[in-house]
Amino acid sequence: MKKVQTPEEAVLHIHDGASIMVGGFMCCGQAFHLIDALIRRGTKGLTVICNDAGFPETGVGKLIVAGRVRRFIGSHMGTNHVAGQRMNSGEMEVELVPQGTLAERIRCGGAGLGGVLTPTGLGTDAEAGKRRIELHGRKYLLETPLHADFAFVKAAACDCIGNAVLARSAKNFNLVMAMAAQHTILEAEKLVEVGELDPDHVHLPGVFVDSIAAARRR
Amino acid sequence: MSGPVLSDEKQGRRERIAMRVARELPEGSLVNLGIGLPTLVANYLPQDKGILLQSENGFIGLGPEPPKSRADKDLVNAGGGLVTIVPGGCCFDSAMSFSIIRGGHLDVTVLGGLEVDEDGNLANYLIPGKMVAGMGGAMDLVVGAKKVIVAMEHVNKFGQPKIVKRCTLPLTAREEVDVIVTDLAFIRVTHSGLLLEEIAEDTTVEEVLEKTAAKLTVLPKLKEF
Repeated sequence: MKKVQTPEEAVLHIHDGASIMVGGFMCCGQAFHLIDALIRRGTKGLTVICNDAGFPETGVGKLIVAGRVRRFIGSHMGTNHVAGQRMNSGEMEVELVPQGTLAERIRCGGAGLGGVLTPTGLGTDAEAGKRRIELHGRKYLLETPLHADFAFVKAAACDCIGNAVLARSAKNFNLVMAMAAQHTILEAEKLVEVGELDPDHVHLPGVFVDSIAAARRR
Repeated sequence: MSGPVLSDEKQGRRERIAMRVARELPEGSLVNLGIGLPTLVANYLPQDKGILLQSENGFIGLGPEPPKSRADKDLVNAGGGLVTIVPGGCCFDSAMSFSIIRGGHLDVTVLGGLEVDEDGNLANYLIPGKMVAGMGGAMDLVVGAKKVIVAMEHVNKFGQPKIVKRCTLPLTAREEVDVIVTDLAFIRVTHSGLLLEEIAEDTTVEEVLEKTAAKLTVLPKLKEF
């Protein structure tokens, strides 16, 4: 059984300078309550790994607007103009990673793999500083694993073991991120009894979840 | 999501591009449409060809925007706009989504472009010092899809050619573009350079050549669209 906490309790031990993977894609499937709790707590100097920089007034974008993010690793930031400003002013360091490569680097981090070979980014700026490896006559870039201190993961429903169901396109980066962090916090819309979820319908095994923040207790 | 308000004339040119791209999609194919102009292609898909759309944020079977009463916050397209999923669709996470894309299981990707050159190089994600958007899924889509169609206006807002001898902007991928569809022309990228196969009904070969900054070979039996 995992601890079921309020969002405030769940983010209490996140220290300044921590690295956090934040699931969600254009804020769909994002743990809004955890992000809000972290903003209220004042935690700063964060490294945030997220598919995109969201929108200025929503989700992960609010952390950037509040000036809490020192370093951002993601694939896209075009929908949050403040992210571009923070980058240009030098307040926020940015590493752009192709979306599929980002997913695989995070998956490697959680799956015990030392890296992955991908043809994506060959001959582009995304190749800078990476090893090019030729195998069976094809060229690849060696992409290395990503890890984080924490992951914010969002589910439609979970039980106290952490087994979770993620709705439709809200899965996105949540599953791989849950595997790749030292401490994964699951924000669930609904908490159900152990045994209520059909094992065949569980998307995220509870083994990856360290604590649960139930946005709405049943 | 609501885009910028466009003039009828500009919108008409974009619709023409979308219509021509739609005719290029094979029966039963799995297709990814990029944000912006490529999204318009969805309005012209033939109903009887069994074409399914993939959305890189995690599902197959992308359908139109729902009425407000049926909107589902957990079902968005890659631009973050609320959408629906058609019967026969399925959902998955980002790692699976890009396994489909990178693994050669996606038949066609349609993307916008800032520049395309004679070697089929594409630049579409960054203008240094101006636009910092990021590549999103574009680098994976262009490398992984079996066929890459660039759908864009023939010239930029300053009237300068977007089809050039050599891209000057940061590249999205090298030598991956197969077809370029613009408001003026249908151009195929071949091993021996760019081949002009079709021109729009209200243009001339001379106009196309004048607005293209790359070498174009004109197909003897040029068609109109």
